[in-house]
Amino acid sequence: MSSLQMPKIDNAIMSKKDKIASDLRGIINSKNVLSNPDELRPFETDGLTAYRQMPLLVVMPETVEEVSQILKYCNENKVKVVPRGAGTGLSGGSMPLEDCVLMAMGKFNKIIEIDYENRCVVTQPCVTNLAITHAVQDKGFYYAPDPSSQIACSIGGNVAENSGGVHSLKYGATTNNLLGIQVVLMDGTVTKFGGKAMDAEGYDFLGLMTGSEGLLGVITEVTVKILKSPEVVKAALVGFPSIEDAGNCVAEIIAEGCIPAGMEIMDKALTKATNDYSKAGYPTDAEAMMIVEFDGTEHEVEAYIQKTKEIAEKNNSSSLKISKSNEERLKFWAGRKAAFPACGVLAPDYMCMDGSIPRGKLAEVLNEISRLSKKYNLPVANAFHAGDGNLHPLIMFDANDKESLRKCEEFGADILKYCVKVGGALTGEHGVGIEKRELMCEAFNDKDIQQQLTIKVALDPNSLLNPGKVYPILRKCAEEGRVHVHGGKTKFPDIPRF
Amino acid sequence: MEEKQNSQTSLDFNQNIFKPTSREEIVEIVKTCYRKNIPLEINGLKSKNKIGRNFQSEKTLDLSDYKGIIDYKPEELYIKVKAGTPLKEIIGELDKNNQQLAFEPNDFGYLFSGQSNSGSIGGVVSCNFAGSRRFKVGSVRDHILGFQGINGKGETIKSGGTVVKNVTGYDLSKLVSGSFGTLTILTELSIKVLPKPETSKTLIIKNPHLKKALDFLGKALSSSTDPSGGVFYPDYFGKDFVLNDLTHDGGLTAIRIEGPTNSVDQRVNRLSKELGLLDQELSILDSEQSNIFWSRTKNLEVFKSLKSNLLRIVLPMSETLQVIQKLKNFEIKYFIDWGGGLIWASFDRLNTKILSEIKDTVKKHQGYITLIKVEEDLKASADIFTIDPIKYKISEKIKRSFDPKRIFNPGKMYTGI
Repeated sequence: MSSLQMPKIDNAIMSKKDKIASDLRGIINSKNVLSNPDELRPFETDGLTAYRQMPLLVVMPETVEEVSQILKYCNENKVKVVPRGAGTGLSGGSMPLEDCVLMAMGKFNKIIEIDYENRCVVTQPCVTNLAITHAVQDKGFYYAPDPSSQIACSIGGNVAENSGGVHSLKYGATTNNLLGIQVVLMDGTVTKFGGKAMDAEGYDFLGLMTGSEGLLGVITEVTVKILKSPEVVKAALVGFPSIEDAGNCVAEIIAEGCIPAGMEIMDKALTKATNDYSKAGYPTDAEAMMIVEFDGTEHEVEAYIQKTKEIAEKNNSSSLKISKSNEERLKFWAGRKAAFPACGVLAPDYMCMDGSIPRGKLAEVLNEISRLSKKYNLPVANAFHAGDGNLHPLIMFDANDKESLRKCEEFGADILKYCVKVGGALTGEHGVGIEKRELMCEAFNDKDIQQQLTIKVALDPNSLLNPGKVYPILRKCAEEGRVHVHGGKTKFPDIPRF
Repeated sequence: MEEKQNSQTSLDFNQNIFKPTSREEIVEIVKTCYRKNIPLEINGLKSKNKIGRNFQSEKTLDLSDYKGIIDYKPEELYIKVKAGTPLKEIIGELDKNNQQLAFEPNDFGYLFSGQSNSGSIGGVVSCNFAGSRRFKVGSVRDHILGFQGINGKGETIKSGGTVVKNVTGYDLSKLVSGSFGTLTILTELSIKVLPKPETSKTLIIKNPHLKKALDFLGKALSSSTDPSGGVFYPDYFGKDFVLNDLTHDGGLTAIRIEGPTNSVDQRVNRLSKELGLLDQELSILDSEQSNIFWSRTKNLEVFKSLKSNLLRIVLPMSETLQVIQKLKNFEIKYFIDWGGGLIWASFDRLNTKILSEIKDTVKKHQGYITLIKVEEDLKASADIFTIDPIKYKISEKIKRSFDPKRIFNPGKMYTGI
C-alpha cells in the first residue's frame, strides 16, 4: 500500500466484516460474495498499479435488482462502495478502500439489443468497448470512441470516465456517442437517463453521469450510437525537423478546415523507441513524427490527404508516406499503440501523464517538458493526440530509487500545472481518480469544487459511493501519482494504452 | 476570479428590471436576492422566453447588456463570449473565418414574432435546441467546452475550459445546457466552433408519403455517404419551398450532403443510386439554395407567426411513423427533422385532455414532448415539459445544490423546481 491518504477507515465497519458478508450473501448468490484474501487479491488495484489496497469484500451482482439491493443495504448500513468495470482505468478510479465493498460488474457482460433502425446498441456495462464494434461490424457499423485499451476496457467504465481515444478528434468522446444509461443511485433508486431518442427530457443527467468517475451512481445498462463505417481510411506518416514545425503543421491543418479522424505526434525519443519495438518504419531521424488519418469517401479522403501534403511541405516536413493499403495504415499505428511497452525497454519504470493543452501551445509545452527533464535529470518521451491537444509525456525513472520516484512525481506535477497555466486541463481522458485528486485546486477554486461536492451530496448524502476519488482530501495541492509502471509490468501489459 | 467582498457597484434595488453590464453587478444582485428570498426571472434577448411555464418573479435580470466576445481563436476552434452576446454577432464573427456553430440552433423569432430573433448565446445554451445537424454533430450541449456562471448563492463557479478534451471533475456544461436558467446564471461560455463545409448540396425527393420518406431517411442516415440533414415536409408545406432549382410544390424529403466539392458530388450521386431514385422524382439544390432551404428549416419558417399550438416531439426514429399516425386523430400539421428523430407539430385545438393523450402516446413510444407554443389558458394548467417522478426527485435535489432558495426562474420547468 502506498502512503496515499484515503478517507478515514470506519473501524466499526471493519469489525462487522463477517456480518456484512453474511447479510450480502442473503441478498445475492452467496458464491458471488468474496471475502477470503486470496479471492480479494485480484481486485486490489486497477490500471494505476502504483497504488494497491485490498477491499473489505467483493460482490459480483448479476442483476439490476441485486445492484439496487446491495446499494440500498450499504447505504442504510453506511458501508462504502467502490464500483469497478474491467479495472483498466489509469487514474485509480476503481482502487478499493480498506473498508469498502467493491462492486465488480463483470457479470453484466451481455449485449442486450442491436437496433439498426435507430442505429444504436443497448448493452450491459461490462461488455468491452471493442465487442460493440465486433457485434455490428458485419453490417458495416462501428462504435466510434476508441480508447487504446478498447480490447479490454468496459463500456460502463468508458461512461464513468468519459473515455476518449485517437478518433475523438472527429467523433467526440464517450459523452458525444451515448444515448442513454440505466443507473442505480446509492439509495438503491433505479432510473434511466436518455434512451434511444437523440435528446432526453429535463436536466441532462446523462451528461452529468458521464465522466463522474463512479461517484454518482452505478451504471447497469448503456445505449450507444453506432456509425456506418467510412468507405475509405487513409493515413499519412510525416517526419519534421523540429517540434515547432510539427506543431505548426497541426494548427494549420485544423485551421484549413480539415478535421482528420485522428492526428498524433511523437517526439524523437518515442519515435525511436516505438520503431525499435514494433518495426513500424518510422522516420527515426526526425525530431517529431506525425500520423494523420482521414476517413470518408474516396474523393474526400484524397482531397484532405492532398491538402495535408501541401501543408506539411510548407512546414518543412522531412519525410512523408501515405498508406497504400489498410495493412500499411495499421502498421503506421502499430508503433504508436505500442508506446507503453516500448518505453518499458528504455527504463526500469515510467509514469504516463495525461494533460490537455491548446493545440497552439504544443511547442511551448514540449520545450518546458524538456527543460524540466534536464532540471530533474530524468528522461522523458512524448506522445500527443495533437489534433485535440491531449499530451501524454512518459517520464522514465527507477522506482527502486526513492529519490528518483520523488523527482518523477514532482516532474509530473510540474507538467500538469504547466498545462493548466497555458489554458489546458489536468486530464484529457484518463480521469482524475486518486491520481490527480490533489491537483484539482490547480484548475478549480474552492467555490468550483464546493459546487461539485454539493451535487455529490445531493445524490449520495453520506458520501459512500467511491469516496476519496476526484476531489482533494488533503485540501492542498499535494503532488501525487500518475501511471506507474515497474519493469514494463502494467496490470495488463499486452493492452495498448492511451 | 473570486468576487470582491462588498463590491462597490451602485445597485439600486428598487428597480424591477436589472440590466447589469459586469459580473460584479450580477453577483451583487444575486446575493441580495438570495438574502431577501427574491425570485428572479432571467432573460437574454427574449427570443425563447415564451417557452416554459409561467411563474411569479418579483424582479427581472436582463442580461442583454452583458455581452461581447472575450476571446476567439479560430485555429484553436473555440470562441469565448459573455452570455448575453447575440447569436447573430457570434455567427457574424465566425463567418469572417469561414467557421460556424455546427449545431445550427433554431431561430424561434419567426414562430413567435414573424421575424428573425435568434436570441443570445446564453439563451441558446439554456434551451439546448439543436437544428438539423443534430444526428451528425450532436446538440448544443456537445459544443460547450466550458462555462462560468453565478449560482443561487451568488458564488461564481466554473466548469470545463477551452480545450476539447477535458475530463476534470463533473461535466457541468452538460447539466446547465437545457436547464432553462434554473440552475445558474450563465456569465461566460466557451464554445467549440468548426470550419464551414466547402460545399453543401441537397437532394430533394418529391414524395408525399411519410412512410416512404422515413424509409429514405433511414437508409440515408445508415449509409456511408454521411448526410448532415434529413427532413420530411408533407404536401401542405411543399409550396413554402419554391426555389430556383425546385419547382415541385408538394411533399418532399430533403437530405443534405456537405464537405469538399468533389466529394459532395460523388456522395450525392451515390446516395441517389442507393435510394433507387429516378431523375423525375429528384431535384438537387446547389450550395446557395441548399443553405436557404436549411435555414428555413432551422427557423421553423413553415410555422411563421403561428396562431395555434406548437409541440416539439423527440423520439426514436423507429417510432415516428406510428406516432404520427396516432396524432393524425387531431388536426395537426407537422414536419420531421433530425432524419426522423424529431417531430415539429402544430395543433389547432389543444386542451388538457388531448394533451395528456398525446403525452401518453409519445411516452409509450419512448419519446417526450415539449410545449413550445400554447394558448395562455392551457399554459397555466398544463405541464410544458415532461418528466417522471424519479427524475423529478433527482432534479429537485440538483436544483437545490445550485440554487438552494429557488430564486432562479422558479417553476419555469416544473412546479417546485
